[in-house]
Amino acid sequence: MEFRDNKAIYLQIAEYVCEHILLGKWKAEEKVPSVRELAVELEVNPNTVMRTYELLQNKNIINNKRGIGFFITDDAIEHVKSYRKVLFMEDELPVVFRNIYLLNIGFDELEGKYKTFVKENFNA
Amino acid sequence: MNKQHHTLVYYLTNTVDMININNLNFGYSKHRPLFKNMSMRLSNGHIYGLLGKNGAGKSTLLKNLAGLVYAQSGTLDVMGYDPAKRQPALLEQICFIPEEFYLPSVKIDAYIKANAPFYKNFDHNYFTDLIKELDIPVEQKLINMSYGQKKKVIIAFGLATQAKLVIMDEPTNGLDIPSKAQFRKIMASAMTDERCIIISTHQVRDLDNLIDTVIMLDENDIALKATVEGITAKLTFKKVKEIDDSIIYAEPSLSGYNAVMPNYHHEESKLDMELLFNAILAEKIKFKPLFS
Repeated sequence: MEFRDNKAIYLQIAEYVCEHILLGKWKAEEKVPSVRELAVELEVNPNTVMRTYELLQNKNIINNKRGIGFFITDDAIEHVKSYRKVLFMEDELPVVFRNIYLLNIGFDELEGKYKTFVKENFNA
Repeated sequence: MNKQHHTLVYYLTNTVDMININNLNFGYSKHRPLFKNMSMRLSNGHIYGLLGKNGAGKSTLLKNLAGLVYAQSGTLDVMGYDPAKRQPALLEQICFIPEEFYLPSVKIDAYIKANAPFYKNFDHNYFTDLIKELDIPVEQKLINMSYGQKKKVIIAFGLATQAKLVIMDEPTNGLDIPSKAQFRKIMASAMTDERCIIISTHQVRDLDNLIDTVIMLDENDIALKATVEGITAKLTFKKVKEIDDSIIYAEPSLSGYNAVMPNYHHEESKLDMELLFNAILAEKIKFKPLFS
């Protein structure tokens, strides 16, 4: 995993876990890698992964079965979506809005682009 | 995001002081003191990154902890022992990886036979695994190995002792690119709740995701000792287009500046250790009130 420069590592690891869940690589009620396993894989301090797992627990994305490990919750996908939605609204949307404003782009033009994008990438 | 929710108690529950340094005074000559009344406590369950300019005393501090040099005054307590007394009960719990070292003209198995018995918890299987993982030729005499290979041998030996205090002076020096990644993996797995790991380094980019607490030496004392979480709670590290009054320190980069500023808006940025290092050297007075 390649870390970016602009965000705390524990949050980037949270995104990594969320991405795995959204893509269906890690499924509901499955066990996630232990703190140490993920720390070794990502070459980071286990305390950092622990912080990620605490965050994901607070977001009801994973839960801790005492003595066994961390598991994906059964409605994790919904929780991932709402967590990511907040992040998108707070972090990414302001940047997009700024460009839309500065470049004077109309919303009808955007809508057309958006529909084409969804069609090409997701066949929806 | 509300920070209070992420504050971790879980991995700190069994924390005790493993090292207690009190009013340490040390210098190689009477006229040039290196440490003046230095005090610091270190606990288990952490990887401490020891930073400082050349000659700031990083290696000397590590040698004080391992009983290789003696304090002029003040006390050093390492797991209940005075390291200067060099008691075997303490030494078998210290893994010390120096920057410069000598290895004899024997093969690995002879080296292990002679040295492992000093460490009653030495894990032979783990050592064999590490030697394999680090791609060290077992048939070659240690003295004929490259610096990087020798270094990997003593790192493997040191970790296999299962010592609770792991002290490493510039461990990534001399390691090739794949070995550095392996080293990070090995350290991530070696970091347990019982262990206290102290790594001195100039190569912060090799290790910055492993370090959870930064210790910076400057001007005969500790200029900073703070967790990465604590630092980024108080400071924001980010790229900016223009410099304004809120910025404490900045360095020009391709697309503007890499800047350090107070974290007014509870941003969760990634600590840039090199930038922090330069910032503290340049603007010591501005940082002092933030971390005292």
